[in-house]
Amino acid sequence: MIDWIQIISNAAQEIISPTTAAYALAALGLAIHFGFTGLLNFGQAGFMALGAYGFAIATLTFEWPVWAAILFGVVGSIVFALILGIPTLRLRADYLAIVTIAAAEIVRLLFTTNTFVEVTGSANGLQGYKGGFAALNPLLLFTDNESVLWGFGPWVYNPYDWWVRIFGWGLVAIAAFITWRLFKSPWGRVIKGIREDEDAVRALGKNVYFYKMQSLVIGGVFGALAGVIFILPRAVVPSNYQTSLTFFIYAILLLGGAATVFGPIVGSVIFWVLLSFFSGFIARAVEVGWLPFLTNVQAGQLRFILVGVAIMLIVIYRPQGIFGNKKELAFVK
Amino acid sequence: MAHVASRPLNRRAPRRLAAVLLAGLVSVLTLSIAAPAAANEVGLDEYDFKVSGLVELADEPLADVLLVIEGGGFRVEVESGQDGRWAVGVPEKGDFTVTLDENTLPAGIAVIDENLEQPNVRTITVGQSGSAVANFFIGQGERNTTSLFDQVIERLFNGLNFGLLLALAAIGLSLVFGTTGLSNFAHAELVTFGGLMALLFGTTLGMPIWLAIPIALILSAGLGYVNDSALWKPLRRRGVGLIPMMIVSIGLSLAVRYIFQLFVGGDTQQLPGATDTTLSIGVFGLSWIDVGSMVVSVIVLLCVAYFLLRTRIGKATRAVSDNPSLAAASGIDVDRVIRIVWVMAGGLAGLSGILWAYFRPGVSWDMGFQILLLTFAAVTLGGLGTAFGALVGALIVGLFVELSTLIIPSDMKYVGALVILILVLLVRPQGILGRKERIG
Repeated sequence: MIDWIQIISNAAQEIISPTTAAYALAALGLAIHFGFTGLLNFGQAGFMALGAYGFAIATLTFEWPVWAAILFGVVGSIVFALILGIPTLRLRADYLAIVTIAAAEIVRLLFTTNTFVEVTGSANGLQGYKGGFAALNPLLLFTDNESVLWGFGPWVYNPYDWWVRIFGWGLVAIAAFITWRLFKSPWGRVIKGIREDEDAVRALGKNVYFYKMQSLVIGGVFGALAGVIFILPRAVVPSNYQTSLTFFIYAILLLGGAATVFGPIVGSVIFWVLLSFFSGFIARAVEVGWLPFLTNVQAGQLRFILVGVAIMLIVIYRPQGIFGNKKELAFVK
Repeated sequence: MAHVASRPLNRRAPRRLAAVLLAGLVSVLTLSIAAPAAANEVGLDEYDFKVSGLVELADEPLADVLLVIEGGGFRVEVESGQDGRWAVGVPEKGDFTVTLDENTLPAGIAVIDENLEQPNVRTITVGQSGSAVANFFIGQGERNTTSLFDQVIERLFNGLNFGLLLALAAIGLSLVFGTTGLSNFAHAELVTFGGLMALLFGTTLGMPIWLAIPIALILSAGLGYVNDSALWKPLRRRGVGLIPMMIVSIGLSLAVRYIFQLFVGGDTQQLPGATDTTLSIGVFGLSWIDVGSMVVSVIVLLCVAYFLLRTRIGKATRAVSDNPSLAAASGIDVDRVIRIVWVMAGGLAGLSGILWAYFRPGVSWDMGFQILLLTFAAVTLGGLGTAFGALVGALIVGLFVELSTLIIPSDMKYVGALVILILVLLVRPQGILGRKERIG
């Protein structure tokens, strides 16, 4: 029989999982790019990879403390944003799309190649960078036992896992607050103006190029921080940063609503809970023989098909997402 | 047989795949002749996680080397195959040590690496990806059998071949962009579809390849038609914007790609004759299939050029590309032109997929996606929406990808092409043959 409790419990764990937080933060960065500014950034996976690798490499190779390592990843993503922005922000939107997707692939290939294996670990990636972060765990003030389990219901974790969750969702909360304030400010109104009509903003004497660049940098920094959260519960593996990662983040963003602050966060929670529930259900259903025409491997691929179809349906039938306002929708022009 | 396997056949970059397949064939044949041959895969079906690697001596695969993989109380032995490769399944993620038994190396050879205390032992970790690699390159790169001149010529031909097949895909993409404004990320799946259909009819159903390829092309063109009539035309009718349509194409690409994987699995399979070494011409690493591929590409590209420049419907296509409203006003049936463009794009992409399957070589579920970015790079380089620009851009990308491997490691060859794309946008954003007013 199907163990429904297990499936639902696994899905419930996704609500606060660090992966959900990482995707939420990356989607928030993308909301700044795409939802508020109208920039078609298809390289969010590249920003995440830079944050993740920057953190891991600074920790392992340079042996820097945690704050410096995170800063290293962030600086890397700022440089990346500048490199992307300078040639493309003056051009039409689809150029930025092609260049960002290409640049993210360049980043991934550079981390995958055997040439820099000493630093990047090539296809195997990196691990063993979590020591400094784990040592900062404030929860260890309450206990000496690192494997003690806290929590209730499906959410029972050891102090490190709680620390990762607190850190991740703390960052998401700070980023959401910053985004909310930014788009209440005059700066945010100019940015939204650029989305609606670039020429009108230019006619008001604003340097559109400069504003777009700032937006690209801020969203990219959020992406890099998301990359740091993303690798705290796992290892850094270059194959995680393929273009499909960007597409998943787009699915989350479109689900929640592109031009909203809370849309990406709630979108990420809904996305991961549904995906976990669906994968768990299909996997169990295959095990008990309800779907005799599928193997377990095939069942794992169904989630990608589902995400792809979901992206299409949302864009066609509800382009503003769950929380969005249809009036505030740059891309339905 | 061993002689065939150790000879460097088919020297282009994805040659390893050919070597793997040939080695597989060889080991099957030797198996049937003299029973216990090199078992280079152990327990892959049994366990979910994988450790694999390659043993090479001076760039040549080294067979029958014993490797011991240990970790977490688990131990397995494997011998490298005729292609130097080995793979074992392991029951769980974690750290494993791979020990190369130096007694099984040819006499007088040892693994030397000054950075390692025990160069014949590697510690690897099976992590999130579920697999790990431990390669032993012994005396790597000490011998170089091909002269630089021969290498350049060889890469030039390969680049030309690759560029031409890329052009077939790029022209379709560019025409669709020109006539409808859609940046179609699902174009990659049209390419894959061509390869998959050729595989279905040529290998699975066992039809002769001269029959299988035309059937695959007709079906590809049909898929192009279905693409337009079932999805894009209704979306245009609804007045969906260009950027939402682009995102729809991304969703479509993701869904269709994994539907392909659902049906054909994650393996690479070969079209008939793709790894047949008897077809080799023997100069510049070319085979008759390469020559045939280039000839077919050139003929088809000439036909496309004739169609666009000389026929009424071709001229109408260019008119729609320039200005759809004006074209409609002057009596051109824009929907019909777009339909024809989609059918053409499907057929050309299918042909490109078949040729790509011979070039790589192999058919797999994501083969089109592998060259999607290069196709976009070609289209952007040449100038978005211009058919001849796409041709020029594709040739440049193809030649650049192949020639750059003379200098940079071959696992970075796509990096070079993508960097060039960004650099060209810096100095000439409209592309080589594009016009300036289109970029703003």
